[in-house]
Amino acid sequence: MNKQQNSMIKWIDERFPLTSTWKAHLSEYYAPKNFNFWYYFGSLALLVLVNQLLTGIFLTMSYKPDAGMAFASVEYIMRDVDFGWLIRYMHSTGASMFFVVVYLHMFRGMMYGSYRKPRELLWLIGMAIFFVLMSLAFTGYILPWGQMSYWGAQVIVSMFGAIPLIGDTLSNWILGDFMLSDAALNRFFAYHVVTLPVLIVVLVFVHIIALHETGSNNPDGIEIKANKDPQTGIPVDGIPFHPYYTVKDIFGAVGFLIVFCGIIFFAPEMGGYFLEDNNFIPANPLHTPDHIAPVWYFTPYYSMLRAVTVNFLGVDAKLWGVILMAAAVVIFCFLPWLDRSPVKSIRYKGPYFKIALTLFVISFFVLGWLGTKSVTPLYTLLAQIFTTIYFAFFLLMPWYSKIDKVKPEPENVTK
Amino acid sequence: MRMIKILLLAVLLTPFVAHSSGQEVELDKAPIDRTDKESLKRGANSFVEYCLTCHGADFMRYNRHRDIGMSEDDIRTELIHTGQKTGDLMEAAMRKKEAEQWFGVAPPDLSVIARSRGADWLYTYLRTFYQDTSTYSGWNNLTFDKVAMPHVLHHLQGWQTLEPGTKNLVLTKSGTMTKGEYDKFVADLVNYMVYLGEPHASYRKELGVIVLLFLFGMLGLTYLLKKEYWRDIH
Repeated sequence: MNKQQNSMIKWIDERFPLTSTWKAHLSEYYAPKNFNFWYYFGSLALLVLVNQLLTGIFLTMSYKPDAGMAFASVEYIMRDVDFGWLIRYMHSTGASMFFVVVYLHMFRGMMYGSYRKPRELLWLIGMAIFFVLMSLAFTGYILPWGQMSYWGAQVIVSMFGAIPLIGDTLSNWILGDFMLSDAALNRFFAYHVVTLPVLIVVLVFVHIIALHETGSNNPDGIEIKANKDPQTGIPVDGIPFHPYYTVKDIFGAVGFLIVFCGIIFFAPEMGGYFLEDNNFIPANPLHTPDHIAPVWYFTPYYSMLRAVTVNFLGVDAKLWGVILMAAAVVIFCFLPWLDRSPVKSIRYKGPYFKIALTLFVISFFVLGWLGTKSVTPLYTLLAQIFTTIYFAFFLLMPWYSKIDKVKPEPENVTK
Repeated sequence: MRMIKILLLAVLLTPFVAHSSGQEVELDKAPIDRTDKESLKRGANSFVEYCLTCHGADFMRYNRHRDIGMSEDDIRTELIHTGQKTGDLMEAAMRKKEAEQWFGVAPPDLSVIARSRGADWLYTYLRTFYQDTSTYSGWNNLTFDKVAMPHVLHHLQGWQTLEPGTKNLVLTKSGTMTKGEYDKFVADLVNYMVYLGEPHASYRKELGVIVLLFLFGMLGLTYLLKKEYWRDIH
């Protein structure tokens, strides 16, 4: 670095904590050296977020949030805007890949106990990001104003209608009309391009600040800060985030982009999972499709909504479905206090946890698959069984995690 | 590693199961080839002649057909019969209001019909019309029961009737084309509608190959970079 640059940085440092921020969060932020494959998904989520923000800005330039023009404006982007098809596919594929990456990121946290003390708040902030992401996906999916946009939103808004006493008033208030119409499209557009993106960016920032306060967990689930070099005060198992993890994450990002671009350029509909066939039909409020299913990332919860078929405790089955569905998402927030195991990582946890987590993953996939299908008695029964397993994973955790036979944790991180 | 394997397996299996949902009529496979520009041109001509009277393709501009090797002059003479300009959208000749009165339902726009219905469905649908005196138009369709659309191509395909109690169609009076000729005619038309659904699709794939080649190169380079930096970490 030459003299001029030095004096320039000094000038800035006297007015803004540039060097100290750079050090605290990159060049002298010490991360465990044993991050594996699963640790790519945090930085990848950030990459997808940036992709969504940038492509979203360009889509906004040509999209028209008007029930009479929305569908045509999307096709206008696809055909008449230079590289509009690419921008749109980057955004639509990005939406699905956001969930892929975030689900894997959360799964990583569950495997290695990243939600445990002292990272409870970090986990809760992450959950807040997940809620905002779901809202972003929902409000964004309405915008093309195709049949699935319309009827999928109709199903979700009707869930608010299931709430006793205030339900109808509440759904009218949300929609700004007595049915899903132009008024709702306009306000969902406002949420999708202003409110929620601002919220998610702020929350991601806070998430990273919280992470850098506690330090990163690792596949062994031990605290690297407990074992510091007495002379330097640097964790023995820690390496500076920059350059080690910046170069590693760049490699991961390129690997991810290969998958991402493979989808964008060769299978943008992803067999009807990322862009549904029915959404190429303009929304028609007078014609309900035979089969309504949300996009794949919501199908596990959609299955749970449909799984309750009986009224009990004086509460309507539909309302129970809504409660169950909401609980299925919110229950992740309680993980830090449900897990009573003396160790954090799956590497040292016993067979009970491994079986429970495997069953949980299976039930998540089966419920997701069931959510794409039409209801039959067999499918409803399956949905009920796997919903029970899904909740059992959480609700029984205080017991099975406590009595599980754990292995001793190592002093230092292992490969 | 075991968890990765379980996840991968579950992801790989899901699409197979999810796509095994039943269809009422077995669909014939449409012989689609987006790179066959001659087929696309024939399809474009038939589309303009037979479909565009009632159906619009409101999102498509005439001059986009330069993609499939037509010049502005070709487009003007072959495709435009209604005095529009080459930069105009392909709108239907018939008015929507009138169409609704005549058919009970406005004919759907066909710009993205191949994306919602799929090529196989269109290919089968256009070949399974039969005479049915019980319907308003005198026509019915095996693929789309009680469809409002009459068989506008019957003078080409001929007149088919349904064998009672079966799903077999019998040709009772031939049209101007043989079965093979008609199938090929429909294949061209459907091929064109697939193109119409996403005009950039061929270019998308060409560009995709270049992008992926670049990224694989980058993957190698970034791997080496990572390895170099990580040499001292044990």
